[in-house]
Amino acid sequence: MDEQKQLDAFQKRIDNGETIEPKDRMPDRYRKQLIRMMSQHAHSEIVGMLPEGNWIQRAPSLKRKKVLLAKVQDEAGHGLYIYSAVETLGVTRREVVEDYMYGNAKYSSIFNYPTLTYADICVIGWLVDGAAIVNQTMLARSSYGPYARSMVRICKEESFHKKQGYEMLAKMASGTPEQKKMAQDAVNRWWWPTLMMFGPPDDQSPNSQELIRWGVKSKTNDELRQSFVDMTVMEAKAIGIEIPDPDLKYNHETGHWDFGEVPWDEFWEVIKGNGPMNRERIRARRKAYEEGAWVREAASEYARKKRLEEEKAS
Amino acid sequence: MSTLDQKPTTRDEVLFEYLVRLADDRLILGQRLSEWCGHGPELEEDLALANIALDMIGHAGALYTYAAEIEGQGRDEDDLAYFRDDIDFKNLQMLEQPIGDFGYTIARQFLFSVYSYLLYSELKKAEDEQFSGMADKHLKEIRYHLRHSREWVLRLGDGTEESHRRIQDAFDDLWMYTGEMFDMDEVDRMAVEHGFGADLKQLREEWKKNVSEVIEEATLKVPRDDQYMASGGRTGFHTEHLGHMLAQMQFLRRSYPDAEWT
Ligand SMILES: [Fe+2]
Ligand SMILES: [Fe+2]
Ligand SMILES: [Fe+2]
Repeated sequence: MDEQKQLDAFQKRIDNGETIEPKDRMPDRYRKQLIRMMSQHAHSEIVGMLPEGNWIQRAPSLKRKKVLLAKVQDEAGHGLYIYSAVETLGVTRREVVEDYMYGNAKYSSIFNYPTLTYADICVIGWLVDGAAIVNQTMLARSSYGPYARSMVRICKEESFHKKQGYEMLAKMASGTPEQKKMAQDAVNRWWWPTLMMFGPPDDQSPNSQELIRWGVKSKTNDELRQSFVDMTVMEAKAIGIEIPDPDLKYNHETGHWDFGEVPWDEFWEVIKGNGPMNRERIRARRKAYEEGAWVREAASEYARKKRLEEEKAS
Repeated sequence: MSTLDQKPTTRDEVLFEYLVRLADDRLILGQRLSEWCGHGPELEEDLALANIALDMIGHAGALYTYAAEIEGQGRDEDDLAYFRDDIDFKNLQMLEQPIGDFGYTIARQFLFSVYSYLLYSELKKAEDEQFSGMADKHLKEIRYHLRHSREWVLRLGDGTEESHRRIQDAFDDLWMYTGEMFDMDEVDRMAVEHGFGADLKQLREEWKKNVSEVIEEATLKVPRDDQYMASGGRTGFHTEHLGHMLAQMQFLRRSYPDAEWT
């Protein structure tokens, strides 16, 4: 078969709604796009541990400390799980990890913002995990089997994170004047960066059309963003939180909430590395990786010695 | 119990004090372990250390809750964790030391897990149903902490030259804090009399034997006992590290005492 025929056959499988498995034939470009997208997702789970981990030691009750610790632990699990899924595409975890720490690979721009008060933890749960759910619910129907399956499992936990964040934010929003202030301030700071999580507007998103054609995604960035806004507006109202967008208005014709212009200049800057926390996040991850090198070396050296002993014994 | 507090005399007062000591150990160690979250040498260890931290804080919470119930003054786990100062905390000094490198964290976890394992094996026989049930339940998790840290002691000790040196240094640095685990004071003696405490002097030999076996299997040297041994944690005497940790841990809760968070 020539290349075009192979591509057509692959496209036909996708269009029939078939799931692609690791051993199946797949176009190089499909494989590359998935590696890029999935490892970016995994890196985000891991880098996301930093802003949230920032509040574990200061959580205001033992219960909140446990909830946060468990959440961050879940995120580590998500990272691990998605990295394993990436490895089915013929790359190693080490390669892709080094690619974001020392190379050009990306992680979600949202984690380049600082967590300033405990309310930020609640807002991350509500908005950031909330946005992740919108995205990941779609990805659970992705054409690549291992990715889709990992999303099904992860989404359940993300829903739990969102619920916990939202409930705690509700508590703060109806609490003391200081708690109310922290809650609203956090929403004001995280709102626009959260909308950026869905990626650039459709007319500026180079990968979108291809990913949709291949069934990796089924909705565009703008469609996902819109459904997130529609869902979130009512949740905010219910707990007396204001969304910091004067243009937010219900559109009776479309049945959607119209919203103002996302500050895209900021988005492109953050993507390029010019966000408030880009350098610090990467520095923290490199530090952990480099300072952990002797531990990983020890573990593999010990395993080698044990193998040798076993071989000798048998 | 700072130097000014009244010594416990009744059974319930002794039980309260005993539970708070156990809880403080676990809260302080859990707080330290949680500092690794996002900074571990590999993802699997971020998960494992967070998991152990979570268990520690969970155990502490259960112990505080029961202590507060015994006390009967309307306090809860958070009152005990967030509204006491360093001189009121009764944890072992070893547990408040900064996390150090991964070897230090593992060596401490191992020394403490062996201790906890032996202690809880006694406490699950306590003549107090709620206490013994709690000890029995937590023992299952302690067994996992012990296995995890033991395996790492072996790997690091018998791994590379660097890992060998690092974990040996860690044991050498930590050893001065191990004597305190077995100091028997009036509270411990009364707890034994009331049937819910462990005789720490008896645990010592078993602990030394278990710990030495693993250290030696890891091709490391057991540090000498005839050296300066720290003491006093059980009466609220601490190193300078605890105050900083509590300042961080308690600041938000204390800044807004009227706010609700749970
Ligand atoms: Fe996640
Ligand atoms: Fe996610
Ligand atoms: Fe999450």
